[in-house]
Amino acid sequence: MERFQSKIDTNSEVFKNNYDYHYQLTSELNHLLEKIYQHGPKDAVEKHKSRGKLTARERIHRLQDPNTPFLELSPLAGYELYEDYVPAAGIITGIIQVCGKQCIVIANDATVKGGTYYPITVKKHLRAQEIALENRLPCIYLVDSGGAFLPKQDEVFPDKEHFGRIFYNQANLSALKIPQIAVVMGSCTAGGAYVPAMSDETIIVKGNGTIFLGGPPLVKAATGEDVSAEELGGADVHTRISGVADHYAVDDYHAIQICRSIIENLNIQKQVSLSIQPPQEPYYDPSELYGVIPKDIRVPYDVREVIARIVDASRFHEFKERYGDTLVCGFARIHGYLIGIVANNGVLFSESALKGAHFIELCTQRKIPIVFLQNITGFMVGKRYEAGGIAKDGAKLVQAVSTAKVPKFTVIIGGSFGAGNYGMCGRAYQPRFLWMWPNARISVMGGEQAANVLLTVKQDALKEKNKIMTSQEIENFKRPILEKYEKEGHPYYSSARLWDDGIISPPDTRKVLSLAISASLNAPIIDTIPPVFRM
Amino acid sequence: MFKKVLVANRGAIAVRIIQAIQELGLTAVAIYSTPDERSLHLHWADETYHIPGEVPQDTYLNIHAILDIAKKSKVDAIHPGYGFLSENAEFAEKVNKAGITFVGPSPEAIRSMGLKTEARRIMQLANVPIVPGYQGEDRSTKTLLDKAEEIGYPILVKASAGGGGKGMKIVQVPSELETAVESAKREALKAFGDDTIYLEKYLEEPRHIEVQILGDHSGNIIHLFERECSIQRRHQKILEEAPSIFLTPKIRENICCAAVNAAKAVNYVNAGTVEFIVDKFHNFYFLEMNTRLQVEHSVTEMTTGVDIVKLQLKIAAGESLPFSQNEILQKGHSIEVRIYAEDPVNNFLPSTGIIRFLEPPIGVNIRNDLGIHAGVPVTLFYDPLLAKLTVFDSTRTTAIEKLKWAIDRYGISGIRTNIPFLREIVNHPEFIKGNTTTNFIEKFFSNWNVPHQSIPDEAFALAALSEYINQEKSEYHSSVDFESDPFSPWIGE
Repeated sequence: MERFQSKIDTNSEVFKNNYDYHYQLTSELNHLLEKIYQHGPKDAVEKHKSRGKLTARERIHRLQDPNTPFLELSPLAGYELYEDYVPAAGIITGIIQVCGKQCIVIANDATVKGGTYYPITVKKHLRAQEIALENRLPCIYLVDSGGAFLPKQDEVFPDKEHFGRIFYNQANLSALKIPQIAVVMGSCTAGGAYVPAMSDETIIVKGNGTIFLGGPPLVKAATGEDVSAEELGGADVHTRISGVADHYAVDDYHAIQICRSIIENLNIQKQVSLSIQPPQEPYYDPSELYGVIPKDIRVPYDVREVIARIVDASRFHEFKERYGDTLVCGFARIHGYLIGIVANNGVLFSESALKGAHFIELCTQRKIPIVFLQNITGFMVGKRYEAGGIAKDGAKLVQAVSTAKVPKFTVIIGGSFGAGNYGMCGRAYQPRFLWMWPNARISVMGGEQAANVLLTVKQDALKEKNKIMTSQEIENFKRPILEKYEKEGHPYYSSARLWDDGIISPPDTRKVLSLAISASLNAPIIDTIPPVFRM
Repeated sequence: MFKKVLVANRGAIAVRIIQAIQELGLTAVAIYSTPDERSLHLHWADETYHIPGEVPQDTYLNIHAILDIAKKSKVDAIHPGYGFLSENAEFAEKVNKAGITFVGPSPEAIRSMGLKTEARRIMQLANVPIVPGYQGEDRSTKTLLDKAEEIGYPILVKASAGGGGKGMKIVQVPSELETAVESAKREALKAFGDDTIYLEKYLEEPRHIEVQILGDHSGNIIHLFERECSIQRRHQKILEEAPSIFLTPKIRENICCAAVNAAKAVNYVNAGTVEFIVDKFHNFYFLEMNTRLQVEHSVTEMTTGVDIVKLQLKIAAGESLPFSQNEILQKGHSIEVRIYAEDPVNNFLPSTGIIRFLEPPIGVNIRNDLGIHAGVPVTLFYDPLLAKLTVFDSTRTTAIEKLKWAIDRYGISGIRTNIPFLREIVNHPEFIKGNTTTNFIEKFFSNWNVPHQSIPDEAFALAALSEYINQEKSEYHSSVDFESDPFSPWIGE
């Protein structure tokens, strides 16, 4: 494989301006994340600690192997979503390594509204379980939650993808031999009691951990019985009498040690069939990505400059370089793992779509994971292209992406608009993970494009009344549309709603991808069965 | 000059000789036994040859195997170091017969000096004073008792072929003599394969002072002044220094002159040492002559600036001494301590194990002769001498200060060593005063125990932390799926 020759001049003004702009975006993101890492309100955190409890993040940190990464999922979930401040949606999720095994960790944050489940909390919990399922990762639940957030019970309880799905998933994950381990470090009331009860192995912490279907107030109301929480469902009761929990821990530290010991003895062995070589750092510094990508997402640039700053030794084996050149396809390695890359380099034409479908077939047949670098305005439109069958060619790409059973990873590095999102493995196309860069935008079409479409419709209607809009009227018509698209297309808006698994800085992309690829290899890569392609 | 020299030894002295060989631009060949597979001398040698086996008889004393290797590797010379075959006349003869140069004196000199009775006879003829004693062939109990009475108690029973304190017994009263003789014979037989013993007057409060000799093939014999090696534990030297604080210039001249005469009496060639015992009236008596390099040669090198090992090689190659007696000056003061793998807590029994950590002190005028490095096992098969620490300074007082500093900073773990004992010696007021007689240890340390030093809490905390970290590491490293995902980005540092 040859090393890509960069044409970027890192001393140019353009580069420096881009760099400052994107660096600033990442700084803003980090600033926001720093705040989210502080958990709930200060007094809630202090109260939590005064009970001898570790915070959710401390628990995760102690659970992980020392000096290993935490691939956190959607820390911005719930951001500016409700009137309440719900940092990280009140639940910290992610992938960690415990005793050499990559695991999903799901930790309630009791400092955020008592760890209760908002609709977004449920969505985030279910997403983590989905990742566990797809990648066959053991699940560790660090439970400390008051159950459903009652004021929003209608958005949390009844539907298919609501609270009940958590337990459904637990049962079915366990049936698929994906270990389910619960550590009860706080309350597990009502429905919440099923998390430990449905786990393969459960640890409960003396004093703080309680499990019961009805808490002391409910018992009092129902039967008149006076009982303390500890007597009703404490560690002693459940490990000695009821058998609801299996391990008695004296504190959070002890519970975490027991949990590590459980993971150590799971007897599951990662079996990787993918070609792996010793990793090599990219020849071009990934931090140069800040300067490589233009400030305006509509400005075209060579996406190979991005690829070169993500892959090992900046080496890239390109496929069909001379054909359908608005889509770049090829093989490379990330941290030693062989992968296929599909990256946008302009609007999609029939040729680009066909090339993409062909390349995805290569990857699925060879069982090579695919990384999609998404920066797409959509498919080409116009009489000539419709006549050329762009709809059926685009469909082939969407079909190939949909049915590909190799691990897929999507990074939205620029625009994600319209059917381009589908062809480039958007959220609906079940990538194992999907991340956005801070400069990315996602919507059904670009804001400018949407405003112009609506303007044309409006002007057509006015034309029948023989009216013509003034430039001021046009401006006034377009502004709210542009503002709406800017707001709703922003990555924070997306991440708050869990349309993605998180926002990552461009230089971190390589590291994040490598962790995700490694984690995905815990599941065997299965055969892809092709659909009927419209020829 | 030679092209290639074999070092028939191990440990610190092998390393020392290999360095000298290489400094002269020659190729150094090392041999090693099975337990020494990872020893330091192999690291430095240009070529290494394995002699399978463990005990010295099969390995470093295996004349046949060593000669085979010498022939196979086409060496010009063999340096025997000290101990092992260094004073084995038969070995020297066989080496010479094989057309290879033995770096040392002639087999005849080795043989005559090796037999203590013969050595005394020769010295008597050369007017070198000898300790009153009996070396007669009649070793019946009655004769020995009579002779002992003539010499006067206390009496020393010594092995004729001996050295290093083996087969040596002190007898205070006649009733102990027979048992001591039997015991000495047994030990001598075991150690040297010869149970011949002799009697000697035991001098009270004596000092052990020896003179370094160098002789070349042109008949030049010079001395490199004396060393005092009185600090001994059970006749095993543990600290040596040069010059001796006890000698006056006049006595120094006399004793050195006597040593040269002793060497001349056997037409001595190469490096050797004439050992004397000196009583408190400055009377000195010939004790024995060691026809080899001494462990403590480093203090002489430090105070005279002469590289004895390099000179040994040059002399063996036929070169003449490059300087005359009056060009040799004794300057400053040097002290050497021997670091043994012996457990002072457990009655100085040999300590075995793996050296886990080794960081000897480094500094101006501090010399480390090392035979070990971290990771190597210390076994019971060989001498427990691990390393030597030698310091040099302008005066004895400042040399002691430097030695104290260096001993306190000698980093070694994994096995027990005599370092705590050495520290006590160099801090002892009588040692500092120079009251160093051969019964120094017996007199001041007979009831000595390793001082109990309370271990600071920080040490426990650090040990616990280290243990915890190691445990965590092994916990996840052992279970990481290295085989299937060898470069996993999830692996921690």
